[in-house]
Amino acid sequence: MVEFYELMEVARHMTICVASGKGGTGKTTVATNLAVSLNGPVQFLDCDVEEPNAHLFMKPRLNFTEKVTIPVPEVDLDKCDFCGKCGEICQFSAITVIGKKVLTFPELCHACKGCMMVCPREAIGEKARELGVIEKGWSGSVEFVHGRMRIGEAMSPPIISRVKEHISPEKITIIDAPPGTSCPVITALKGSDFAVLVTEPTPFGLNDLKLAVGAVRTLKIPCGIIINRSDVGDDGVVTYAEEESIPILMEIADDRKVAEAYSRGIMMVDVRPEMRGRFRIAYDKMVELVG
Amino acid sequence: MKELTVISGKGGTGKTTIVASFAALAQNKVLADADVDAADLHLILTPVIKHEEDFKGGRTAHIDLEKCVRCGDCIERCQFNAISPDFVVNKIDCEGCGVCVYFCPVQAIEFPQNICGKWFISETRFGPMVHAQLEIAEENSGSLVSLIRNQAGILAEERGLDTIIIDGSPGVGCPVIASISGVTAVLIVTEPTISGIHDLKRVGELTAFFKIPTMACVNKFDLNQDMSKEIEAYCIKHDIEFVGHIPYDTIVTYAMVAGKGVVEFSDGKVSNAIKAIWQKVERFLAE
Repeated sequence: MVEFYELMEVARHMTICVASGKGGTGKTTVATNLAVSLNGPVQFLDCDVEEPNAHLFMKPRLNFTEKVTIPVPEVDLDKCDFCGKCGEICQFSAITVIGKKVLTFPELCHACKGCMMVCPREAIGEKARELGVIEKGWSGSVEFVHGRMRIGEAMSPPIISRVKEHISPEKITIIDAPPGTSCPVITALKGSDFAVLVTEPTPFGLNDLKLAVGAVRTLKIPCGIIINRSDVGDDGVVTYAEEESIPILMEIADDRKVAEAYSRGIMMVDVRPEMRGRFRIAYDKMVELVG
Repeated sequence: MKELTVISGKGGTGKTTIVASFAALAQNKVLADADVDAADLHLILTPVIKHEEDFKGGRTAHIDLEKCVRCGDCIERCQFNAISPDFVVNKIDCEGCGVCVYFCPVQAIEFPQNICGKWFISETRFGPMVHAQLEIAEENSGSLVSLIRNQAGILAEERGLDTIIIDGSPGVGCPVIASISGVTAVLIVTEPTISGIHDLKRVGELTAFFKIPTMACVNKFDLNQDMSKEIEAYCIKHDIEFVGHIPYDTIVTYAMVAGKGVVEFSDGKVSNAIKAIWQKVERFLAE
């Protein structure tokens, strides 16, 4: 029974990840406007933790903060006999023994705990290292969660994973992914039921769309395309979508009024209310495609 | 040797458009595309590849099921939940830490190095270029960026060129840090939007953290002139050299569709603005 119930819920309440290889194509615009246009319980997760922007538009009231930490080694020099096994096991050069000294480089540590496990004298303990924060709250009826990486930090995937721990299966979840196609994007996409790839009809847009399609195909996630500023550029994206049989969910024309509103942090649906209906139609297409 | 990295925090503000124009304007330089997971500069510079090499990144565990005795030690130790109950390693989840490999009591786990992408030395109509393509879903973009910068440095030395212009990636994480550490100067390309300024502040904090001399310019400044003024004021206050505005014009898209840098394509207001910015950047680099 439980399993059946869960399957039903997953089918009805999808996790949709909005991604794009190229930055600045309108991911955040699509994700935020989609989230506020839908009926029913919706949650919004901003997983672009390096440059989170969705809060500038959704203006959530945040009422919850937690630190994201990873466990890095702390060496007890009284116990250590400088055998060097910790340095041997570490693949990331985050710990090394030189003579009677143990050097650790917490910013390189991936928190695999190999050094702690291998130490024959149990001289290595854990210390929490802060990577960033998670903040949570509400934007109208939409539950809002985002992560924010600390400046100077290199590793965003652990923060993205922590944002995603807030996914509620009983809600429609909209994820705003970071740009690119490497580990942070994969972490954001993983486990989603559907990927919306936002692009613009230019050679850069097309090139990066192909990379994004490669990423969602690697993860076996069904996808559809939203073409933003659809009237500026060439027909490369449309031709590609046809060749690859990828559905185009929606085309959004370039609109100076929307662009100016965006610049001030005002959402598209607030200056063009008719867009709500169009986002709902796009969502219905996604539900249909997931089946 | 001068190294300039062009970054933006927010994606899509026009980094590559500006780098493509700088490529046409700058003398005696090597070009490097450090936006390895969504590289676009090659679409404008149409490089002819002269040298190509595999980029070997991290390792991934692989369990030999014939040797495996199903003791479960690896599953218990893995901090990334990358090993399934039937002892198959999920390549996407595997972090390449080697803990399972080290502790496997029957040495059933192999640990081959991955080929994560390719890197290239090419010729373009504006001089030599070093670029790369990271395989989709691969890691180590930071180390690939470092490799590209090293190769660009070697190439510049060999050919007696004195400037390296680096097209960076969006964000503030691993590839961005690798693309800016130790460079002569950074140019931040932003736009007059609430996201643009938010991300400019974060990336500006990053360059301040690494103590790198920083310049900024505003692209599409006429989209919101008040915001553009606010950005300029922010820069002055935070010791970021403000080097100019670029107006919004669809000519930028037409140039891209034609596979040209804007300054090659037209003599209009966008080209003039970029030329003026390049002069200031050149002077800043020389100081």
